[in-house]
Amino acid sequence: MSIIREKGSKRKALGLIAYMVFVLLPIYWLLNMSFKTNEEILSGLTLWPNDFTFDNYITIFTDASWYMGYVNSMTYVAMNMVITLLVALPAAYAFSRYKFVGDKHLFFWLLSNRMAPPAVFLLPFFQLYSSVGLFDTHLAVALAHCLFSIPLAVWILEGFMSGVPREIDETAYIDGYSFSRFFITIFIPMIRSGIGVTAFFSFMFSWVELLLARTLTSVEAKPISAIMTRTVGATGIDWGVLAAAGVLTIIPGVLVIWFVRNHVAKGFALGRV
Amino acid sequence: MNKTPNNKAWWLVLPVFLLVAFSALIPLMTVVNYSVQDIFDQNTAYFVGIEWYQEILQDERLRESLFRQFGFSFAVLAIEIPLGIFVALTMPKQGWQASVSLILLALPLLIPWNVVGTIWQVFARGDIGLFGWGLNSLGVDYNYTANSVDAWLTVLLMDVWHWTSLVALLCYSGLRAIPEAYYQAAQIDRASSWSIFRYIQMPKLKGVLVIAVLLRFMDSFMIYTEPFVLTGGGPGSSTTFLSQTLAQMAIGQFDLGPAAAFSLIYFLIVLLLSWLFFTTITHMDKDKS
Amino acid sequence: MLNWMAWTQPTALFFGAIALILISMTVWEIKRPCVERKGFIPITTTRGDRLFIGLLSSAFIHLIAIATTEVSLYWVLGACIVWLISLLRFG
Repeated sequence: MSIIREKGSKRKALGLIAYMVFVLLPIYWLLNMSFKTNEEILSGLTLWPNDFTFDNYITIFTDASWYMGYVNSMTYVAMNMVITLLVALPAAYAFSRYKFVGDKHLFFWLLSNRMAPPAVFLLPFFQLYSSVGLFDTHLAVALAHCLFSIPLAVWILEGFMSGVPREIDETAYIDGYSFSRFFITIFIPMIRSGIGVTAFFSFMFSWVELLLARTLTSVEAKPISAIMTRTVGATGIDWGVLAAAGVLTIIPGVLVIWFVRNHVAKGFALGRV
Repeated sequence: MNKTPNNKAWWLVLPVFLLVAFSALIPLMTVVNYSVQDIFDQNTAYFVGIEWYQEILQDERLRESLFRQFGFSFAVLAIEIPLGIFVALTMPKQGWQASVSLILLALPLLIPWNVVGTIWQVFARGDIGLFGWGLNSLGVDYNYTANSVDAWLTVLLMDVWHWTSLVALLCYSGLRAIPEAYYQAAQIDRASSWSIFRYIQMPKLKGVLVIAVLLRFMDSFMIYTEPFVLTGGGPGSSTTFLSQTLAQMAIGQFDLGPAAAFSLIYFLIVLLLSWLFFTTITHMDKDKS
Repeated sequence: MLNWMAWTQPTALFFGAIALILISMTVWEIKRPCVERKGFIPITTTRGDRLFIGLLSSAFIHLIAIATTEVSLYWVLGACIVWLISLLRFG
């Protein structure tokens, strides 16, 4: 039996490695290009930069209009994460513990917002945020992204919270804890991993989204993804800088996933396994 | 789990309700208002009734983009779901290999969508991209900027690259929840690996697979940024999907009325589909308990 | 400030009617909580579910009517109201 298993696992490993190569190859190519000069990129195909250079990165880090894009993106992503967690935690608790009028419909309505195409909301969003004076602020993008990150956050947190036995709540109330004290000192620490995973998902959505972020900003809060379209200049596309900017947008994601790597498997099933 | 009836729980949900209502209801109402008017500027608008709906529903271009969208979404599901299950089955269960493969798998999910487009734009080019150059030097006539079939396949391949990981990670977490004792029992019974898959792993995967299908279908249904960067919808309109058609109307031509009517139809289709999925999920949960 | 939302009388009436239905359904639900049951729809549903199904299907009936026929929408609206009520009662 174990022999058959080993043979099978070798073939399995090969399949997995093949897939990983498929995943990594395009990223490798971007990384490779970001260290090349434009002349080398355009002159022909090289698997490794002959003329290794950091110039593309230096361009980005010395030009405020470039690096401010990263700062802007980070700002609204962070705001989105904080807002999402603050409002989603109590709501998820209510969904996981209580039955109330219209609960299922409310839940579905929330979820349907996650499924709605951002393009549908594009125009009115623009006008809504202009009319309340939020246009071109980080808050506008954060709020717009909340529409999509909150439903998912509630869904994930509800899954994690349902895994915590009710007896814990009841014992705490009998011991004289108030709701807020119980929630903050006992309950939240118990679903730490769920909160981490939720933060990860809010980060993920807000960081990768472009359409809304681009429409709701013009100068002050312009995200990096919108700035990247600038590399198309009079002389054609500045491939090297474009690649370097792309590589820099991947790094925050890698850092975030490193922190939640042990919980991410459960989180991906929305706490439902 | 038994839930206690308590209408005071509404207070806990209120912040979410208000926030989402602000960002969802007001825009939705505005879209409805726009869809029945011909709008020139802030103060000049004429009521036109259902004219825009008639125009949109009989528009060839939109119908084509709707069919293209369904075709794309089904192709995405047909490839990504089996491939995702396969990857999840091959992933190591513990140790550093598990961590490494988790991180590598999650990598494409955390790249901004326009950068995904950029990566493939570069990667698939015949002159400076490894993939395009490789195909060309193998003798395959491949050029995604000129040939619409190539463009379509490139967008599909990009989506597979981008999102199969999500399916794989979902299935992986489903597989991890199977107790080791099940496998040991199967080993004693000398079950084949197919019957292990069929009778032990598949039932456990069903729950997560519905979520995977839901998320993948809905997200591919609103795909915008990646093809926009990669092909710009071309050549011709071979890779113009629904969201892009809509964005072109709304921002490009600023046709508020038709764009709003189109938005509503788009939204209703999405609402119907997500209701179908959601009902399936809740009924499966009920069967379990 | 509300100018940009471009309200018109028909749409205002439409949203008013929806809001009224939602409020009265909520009051009804609080006064007399409903039990899930199975009517001619193949799944068990609550009142709220049937309302949602009714509204969504009405929207699609309108769209199909616009796309394929020249019928006046008042007829379609009337038909949809009958459909909605029968769905709530027997669905």
